[in-house]
Amino acid sequence: MSEKLVDIQNEKLSFFTPAGEVKALNDVSLYIRPGEVLGIVGESGSGKSVTAYSLMGLTAHPGRLTGGDIYFNGHHINKMTEKEMRRIRGNEVSIIFQDPMTSLNPVYTIGNQIREGILLHTKRSEKQANERACELLRLVGINEPEKRMKQYPHELSGGMRQRVMIAIALACEPKLLIADEPTTALDVTIQAQILELMMSLKEKLDMSIIIITHDLGVVAGMCDRIAVMYAGKVVECGTTDEIFYQPSHEYTKGLLRSIPNLYEKDHKKLVPIQGLPVDLLDLPEGCPFATRCPNCMKVCMKHMPEYTDLSDNHYSACWLLDKEKFMKKQRGALT
Amino acid sequence: MLRYVVKRVLLAAITIFLVATITFFLMRMVPGGPFIAEKSISEQAQAALNAKFGLDKPVWVQYKNYMTGALHGDFSLSLKQRGRTVSEIIASKFPISAKLGGLSVLIALAIGIPFGSIAALNRGKWLDQLIMVIATCGIAFPSFVICTVGMYLFGVRLKWLPTFGLTSPLHYILPIFSLAFYPMAYITRLMRSSMLDVLDQDYMRTARSKGLSRSRSLFKHALRNAVLPVVTYVGPMLAYTLTGSFVVEKIFVIPGLGGQFVSSIMTRDYTVIMGTTIFLATLLILMNVVVDIIYKMIDPRIQLK
Repeated sequence: MSEKLVDIQNEKLSFFTPAGEVKALNDVSLYIRPGEVLGIVGESGSGKSVTAYSLMGLTAHPGRLTGGDIYFNGHHINKMTEKEMRRIRGNEVSIIFQDPMTSLNPVYTIGNQIREGILLHTKRSEKQANERACELLRLVGINEPEKRMKQYPHELSGGMRQRVMIAIALACEPKLLIADEPTTALDVTIQAQILELMMSLKEKLDMSIIIITHDLGVVAGMCDRIAVMYAGKVVECGTTDEIFYQPSHEYTKGLLRSIPNLYEKDHKKLVPIQGLPVDLLDLPEGCPFATRCPNCMKVCMKHMPEYTDLSDNHYSACWLLDKEKFMKKQRGALT
Repeated sequence: MLRYVVKRVLLAAITIFLVATITFFLMRMVPGGPFIAEKSISEQAQAALNAKFGLDKPVWVQYKNYMTGALHGDFSLSLKQRGRTVSEIIASKFPISAKLGGLSVLIALAIGIPFGSIAALNRGKWLDQLIMVIATCGIAFPSFVICTVGMYLFGVRLKWLPTFGLTSPLHYILPIFSLAFYPMAYITRLMRSSMLDVLDQDYMRTARSKGLSRSRSLFKHALRNAVLPVVTYVGPMLAYTLTGSFVVEKIFVIPGLGGQFVSSIMTRDYTVIMGTTIFLATLLILMNVVVDIIYKMIDPRIQLK
């Protein structure tokens, strides 16, 4: 249990824009065990995707890591050169993106685009790579793979394209698959199919998956653990049951209150989280959620809460959870 | 595909017919005529010449005669260059202009595409700014300025290059450069903006996430998509450039088609005007078809209907 496939420690990452330093990640710590499915949940701009991209060394310009360490499968990611990173990308860690309509190059055939990664990372010949590509297409549930190989992306539907994206990602049997909102752009029935496919492939290929989403419904059925992110910080992390049944951070509670419930008889109104996300250009001193928190205290505005361990897997950063620490700070804050 | 070809040929025939008709009547509406020279010829001589070329007949009859001839491939004699047919004139002048024009388009592409891409890749940095300043100059400066400055600098001052005629390879450098400057600048700008567009596309991120190097993903995934607007521009531009530029040909004393076209207008050499206009129109249409086909080859989403 103790071995970790991914270990992110205190990652800090900023985008240096003309307007100033946008602090996208502030002390993100996360780990993933082999074969585990981790969901990262949060609203737009909470740093979900940035965390995942930095893990692949694909941080967009003008973003830069400003602190912390990232370990993956025995590699010290943030110490690696671009050339070394290239050997890992698409090989040991792959990613599928949100929009399958635009994620494939329109001017090359499906076969060409699947083959590319295989030829790059393995010593297969062109013919063997083609066979492997067909095999992958079959694996992701696409019929007539030989025919599809010769088709162009615009000749396939959205769901098919996302399957092709998955095939590309799995080309070299990665240890970790990152799915960046893999179903957001698809319609609901296709969503379920794609998620199911990912889960079955996980079993077959024995890999870990990170699912990035803002849809708690998606993660509920799939994930072993969930990390809730807010303003570039993991505010709560725990097993799926712990997050859903014993949410301890006020933000997580807020998120859960805003999910519609089909089975409830008296149709209650959804409770949205009040206010707006913080400005990452100008982060507050204390807890970033303080201004929107219904149970905000004085100390929350002044000091960043530390993590409180609630169980082996479950931890959360909120002053309400740790009376002792809170009292100490409170006294300090008052004097 | 067959439907496409048939459709294009029909459209081309209609277009060329309209171009010929409009040109014919516009020409006749302009005052003056081929035989009204400064040294006034006697009225009898004028009448005799007009009769010889059929210019004494009503315009409608002239139009009918010309079009019947043209349909049979006879573009009649030049009114001013005694004894030469229009076809002969075009056949003798077009190769000169085409050679110059073709070379300059090649150079414009060979410089414009990489420079535009480099500028896009270095967006906002000094290299981008330098390239864009040059490209903006290329668009802003009219060709006669480029010609005369080039001539003065390299021909008169440095004495590196000859300034007129086309007798040696060296003679080609200045005219080609002058012709290539504008399209080069334009292609650079086109390429830069379309490259910037493509670099932001999701499939570029996919390419990188597969582990492709930056240069590989650029050459394979970006270039082919980014070059499409350039293809659109180059087709018609090629037709214009191949038929020669009046300014460049006049300044460097090159006996090309561009100069011929303008001087035929000055002298009201009706048949030569008609011939060259029809020739240019045909070439333009042809280039558009070529562009369509190249487009289809680059981007499979395009359907030729």
